Amino acid sequence: MKLVYFAWVRERIGHAEEEVDLPDDVVTVAGLLSWLAGRGEEYETALKHASAIRVAINQEHVAHDARIEGAREIALFPPMTGG
Amino acid sequence: MSAPIEPAVRIQREDFDLAHESAALCAGRTDIGALVTFTGLCRDEAGTLAALELEHYPGMADAEIRRIARQAVERWPLSGLRVIHRYGKVRPGDNIVAVLAASRHRQAAFDAAAFMMDFLKTRAPFWKKEHRSDGSEGGWVEARDIDDEATQRWREPSAADR
Repeated sequence: MKLVYFAWVRERIGHAEEEVDLPDDVVTVAGLLSWLAGRGEEYETALKHASAIRVAINQEHVAHDARIEGAREIALFPPMTGG
Repeated sequence: MSAPIEPAVRIQREDFDLAHESAALCAGRTDIGALVTFTGLCRDEAGTLAALELEHYPGMADAEIRRIARQAVERWPLSGLRVIHRYGKVRPGDNIVAVLAASRHRQAAFDAAAFMMDFLKTRAPFWKKEHRSDGSEGGWVEARDIDDEATQRWREPSAADR
């Protein structure tokens, strides 16, 4: 599965995208966030305030309780500041 | 009311010319009685900002603004709707975003333009990073609660919306 990161999430993790193989028991966005936070210090720092992280699956906004099965691309980013 | 029109959405690095966009939206039309245009500019309140770096999520930025625009054209009887959002580096005074909403009457055009901006600010995947005049990085602009609150007013359609 492809993960993409933007803004300070990208800066803190240290790269813009990566391919990951998720364990079978990671089935929701919230599960993905906590699994990622355990992958190293930079992930832990980036995802420390998990409730602030916004998530899109296949380029559409989703809530943290959304299921991730079938996702091609999951994006993690801070609250948006466009306009 | 006729079928909703197809909104025009552009995500681009280049600047835009509002007068040109207005003329293009209204070209050949005689049924438009109201054209509301909004332009968002890069502002520097403290005199310390050199530039804003606008990061975006390619693909989703376009798709999300289209989703918002489709809601607008279904909700208000618009004759035209055009949204342009820039990415990349912009300097104080530069254009960032334009919304043009055309309708037979003013209220639909005003409301649709305000609706577009309120949702664009909280849902379109763009992030602003500050670059300071002294060469330092100013950090990421933080989202404001007031922008989230602004979307709440569109929850219940009021009589004025129709």
